[in-house]
Amino acid sequence: MSASSNSGSFRIKGAGRHTPARTARFTFDGKSYTALEGDTVASALLAHGVHLIGRSFKYHRPRGILTAGPEEPNALLDVSRDAARRQPNVRATVQEVFDGAKIASQNRWPSLKYDIGAFNDALSPFFAAGFYYKTFMWPREAWHKIYEPIIRRAAGLGVAPTEDDPDHYASRYLHCDVLIAGAGVAGLTAALSAAVTGKKIVLVDEQPEVGGALHYDASTVIDGQNGYDWAQATAAKLRAMPNVTVLTRTTVFGYYNHGFLGLVERVTDHVAKPSKDAPRERLWQVRTKKVILATGSIERHMVFANNDRPGIMLASAARSFLNHHGVAIGHNVGVYTAHDSAYEAAFDLKRAGVSIAAIVDTRDKPGEAVLAEARTLGIDVLTGHAVVDTSGRHRINSMTVARSGNFDRRKIKVDALIVSAGWTPSVHLFSQSRGKLKFDEANQRFVPDVYAQNAVSVGACNGTDDLAELIDEAIMAGGGRLALSGENRFDWTGGMVGAGEGAGPDHAVKAFVDFQHDVTAKDIRLAVREGMHSIEHIKRFTTNGMASDQGKLSNMHGLAIASEMLGRPIPQVGLTTFRAPYTPVTYGTLVAHSRGDLFDPARKTPMHALEEAEGAAFEDVGNWKRAWYFPRRGEDMATAVNRECKTVRDVAGVFDASTLGKIEVVGPDAAQFLNLLYTNAWDTLKPGKCRYGIMTREDGFIYDDGVVGRLAEDRFHVTTTTGGAPRVLNHMEDYLQTEFPHLKVWLTSTTEQWAVIAVQGPKAREIIEPFVEGQDLSNEAFPHMSVAECTVMGVPARLFRVSFTGEVGYEINVPADFGASVWKAVWERAEGMGACLYGTETMHILRAEKGYIIVGQDTDGTVTPDDAGYGWAVSKKKTDFVGIRGLKRPDLVREGRKQLVGLLTKDPKEVLEEGGQIVVDPNQPKPMTMLGHVTSSYWSEHLGRSIAIALVAGGRSRMGETLHVPMADKTIAVEVTDMVFVDKEGGRING
Amino acid sequence: MAETATRSLPLSGIHGGSATVRLEPAAPATRIALRVAMEDVGTLSGALGVDLPVRPKTSAFANGRTALWLGPDEWLVIDEGESGLMTAAANSGATHSAADVSHRNTAILVSGPGAADAINAGCSQDLSLEAFPVGACSRTLFGKAEIVLLRTAEDAFRVEVWRSFSDYAFGLLAEGARDAAL
Repeated sequence: MSASSNSGSFRIKGAGRHTPARTARFTFDGKSYTALEGDTVASALLAHGVHLIGRSFKYHRPRGILTAGPEEPNALLDVSRDAARRQPNVRATVQEVFDGAKIASQNRWPSLKYDIGAFNDALSPFFAAGFYYKTFMWPREAWHKIYEPIIRRAAGLGVAPTEDDPDHYASRYLHCDVLIAGAGVAGLTAALSAAVTGKKIVLVDEQPEVGGALHYDASTVIDGQNGYDWAQATAAKLRAMPNVTVLTRTTVFGYYNHGFLGLVERVTDHVAKPSKDAPRERLWQVRTKKVILATGSIERHMVFANNDRPGIMLASAARSFLNHHGVAIGHNVGVYTAHDSAYEAAFDLKRAGVSIAAIVDTRDKPGEAVLAEARTLGIDVLTGHAVVDTSGRHRINSMTVARSGNFDRRKIKVDALIVSAGWTPSVHLFSQSRGKLKFDEANQRFVPDVYAQNAVSVGACNGTDDLAELIDEAIMAGGGRLALSGENRFDWTGGMVGAGEGAGPDHAVKAFVDFQHDVTAKDIRLAVREGMHSIEHIKRFTTNGMASDQGKLSNMHGLAIASEMLGRPIPQVGLTTFRAPYTPVTYGTLVAHSRGDLFDPARKTPMHALEEAEGAAFEDVGNWKRAWYFPRRGEDMATAVNRECKTVRDVAGVFDASTLGKIEVVGPDAAQFLNLLYTNAWDTLKPGKCRYGIMTREDGFIYDDGVVGRLAEDRFHVTTTTGGAPRVLNHMEDYLQTEFPHLKVWLTSTTEQWAVIAVQGPKAREIIEPFVEGQDLSNEAFPHMSVAECTVMGVPARLFRVSFTGEVGYEINVPADFGASVWKAVWERAEGMGACLYGTETMHILRAEKGYIIVGQDTDGTVTPDDAGYGWAVSKKKTDFVGIRGLKRPDLVREGRKQLVGLLTKDPKEVLEEGGQIVVDPNQPKPMTMLGHVTSSYWSEHLGRSIAIALVAGGRSRMGETLHVPMADKTIAVEVTDMVFVDKEGGRING
Repeated sequence: MAETATRSLPLSGIHGGSATVRLEPAAPATRIALRVAMEDVGTLSGALGVDLPVRPKTSAFANGRTALWLGPDEWLVIDEGESGLMTAAANSGATHSAADVSHRNTAILVSGPGAADAINAGCSQDLSLEAFPVGACSRTLFGKAEIVLLRTAEDAFRVEVWRSFSDYAFGLLAEGARDAAL
């Protein structure tokens, strides 16, 4: 047996462009087949006479291969390389065979030939268009329990893989002068013309090789050469030019604003053993000055009864399989057409030894030239005839032919049927670029009219049919000088849109318009009868063109049928908008590198590794990883946190505060600027001192808070919340540039310049003392709320005496690279003195015990400084600051606003839930009057009881009152108290 | 206190790169974020010993110092030695803001024939020599991180990045480098 017969009995010796000796093995539904390198799954299966490929979406009808390109609506398969590398809904006409590919049909059970779901076909009268909208309306309750689960199971095609995708995907930005989409005759010519100008050119084509229509068109001669050979030689020439990039297997899937286009390059999907460094696909994001659209056109099928049987395909597809892949689609092929192009397919097949049963042409007068050639080749042509039906269960075995307007029918035996209703220009990308189309009445097609961007369409996508004209147009678009001749054998005529004979309004037949969504001509008529007049409504009612192929074959037919029913011309019925992506794009490609560690930056402090070594559990705060608590052997979170809280109050604790936002505010007007941004006064703050500041928005609500230290007359060290750092800087910069541009002050983010080691607790001073040089740490010289520039372990440092725990506290700021070293030394000493490391959880509890708020937890954007009990932080003397007017609004000064207060549960062991609602009368019928909610709630080991902070209407006037927090299973009684639970006098902080 | 703090660099011990792209952490450098009004640019230039460039996307190099234009009144000044940039600025006598950001930033050196492609894995700028010649600089995005990109030679770049984003930036550069070598 020769290699060529191995690769399928339908291979035609001497036909096609593949090398017979280079084979690849694959399986389809478990059965093993041999293909030739360069085969698509479709051509490989057809070579073995396999036409039944899948089951249709709704009716589970047997389906085959309709096209030979990316427009394929039918032949969607599941392709896998191994268990984890599996991809559903792959178009058999695009996927190249690689050795070892495992391919399976979809939407069938138990097998492709015997599919239970095919029962739907018999029930089809019940599944008419709009079926979902009508059937599942009632009863309401049934929706969630019955209808939705059933619909969800039935909806969608293919099964998503469950394992993580082991492949990787790449991403690249690219800039060029001219991007050319499509490398057929038009695109290649335009690229040649543009390339000689020296501009930076990118030529893109979705197929493995350039050539476009020359894949199937074997008769066109360019520059005295066979067209396909000319295309390959031209591509080689272009590739050798330094200013040209040629990308094949690459789809321009989106044309966005300002010359921005999205491309996906399939790098390894066709390779048997990809290198591990190679991405599966590469996303190209291209910014170009000009786009040349050379996207060609797509052949339309004929709409007639039972036009969806396996073995029925586009005429150009049959030509591709024959001329490019060397595969005959049958032994005895019928032709049904309204366009000359199908004749050329018949001629090619006939010359290859395939018998042509008949050419059935709806037209009375096909093109003279093709008719003459058919006669020469002895092909029977039935003009003014139609195919009105077909038969054959898993593959077509006959077509039924009738003369137009005549009831006499006759069956003609065929084993394949090729069809052509003419060609639809591919205006998808043009339309995505917001270009406006016009209707070419004579040829019943939409073509580009008004451009919204710097783009030009050339060739078939522009409605340019004549080869010489096409070449001129492409040369012109490229902008260079070039002489190129082209010759084709036949000038095509003809074409039709809409349903054919026997599928008109009086016929209850299944004449498919949209194969992927099983939409028939009669569905579209029903939509019109039900009152849909706009194509947008008809599309949604019937789902015509809404499948993943986006109606590349069906849109024009659907539109024509609607237009006929409505009695309005096509342009008045409208055309639906084309949207990106042109063909489906994998999530992997869009995600590209943004997965795993690169999904989002994980920001770590300089001390992160040391904390990790101490066993820290981390929590995410924005992008930061913060040490949450430090469990010792055998400790759960609660035990660890209780120990940390107690140790800080009894001895001391060391805490990583590096993530706090820091902004250096510098300039002669720095104090004046801060006066305007914060509610407090800053001009009264002396260098060397700190102050807690509150920042409000224009509306008077708290925006952020933090301690600000004045280092010099013209230099402040502002701290913000960890999560607030970027937005606070933006907020300040915004006001500086727009409201206060006259101030001489500048802002610099210094968050990451400093590693911050907080030491808090009664022994804090003793711990840090030996490390500090150049600053007397005594209470007198360095009291609470002081800041100094000094030296710590020999490096310049900013030392703060501040506390977020209510204990004596210091925050040592050292340049970040020294953080780990200083932390290590401080912790070594602290540990020896009985101190602990503590994390954010303990920090939260210790601050709550002192009634210190956390912006964003105890406040929610509707809390004023006074609501929070921080009215003292709002200057009464200042005449202006951001929020001063907002704070005077009547609602912000009225009685009874929600205020932050403390809550103590009557049962000290009961810890409230944060978010719990607060009521006066737990027995009030629903809806109950809710006074507010719990914002912070913790177990306080120091107090041996629970504590909580809550926003309560009129809270401060309710001291001592008993309120209630109703929960799902019980109601918890609480007493309203002051927010400060520990050391109300504040003696400890100054100790 | 006898003990002196030692310096631990971000990205220490990190490896990456490919056949066409070399990736390496830059040596520690002194850096200031400099803000100064147009009228005082000359004074500061004199004080720092490098002419602060005033055209967008340009940098200047003199006396071991590189000044990168970031905005109409904003520069990043890098000195690869341990020189007193802060002191020099302070002694200028002109109104300005200088903040020491030596430790805020770290830098990754990207070089080799695939350097621009590697950076273009996450940076949307046109890095052709016409659009981004040697000496060009830009504060821009690299994936989800802000960087300052400086072209130091036809096939060499310096990527300045905040230290907590440096692992991410290096990781993404390594991915870009791998793809650039194909």
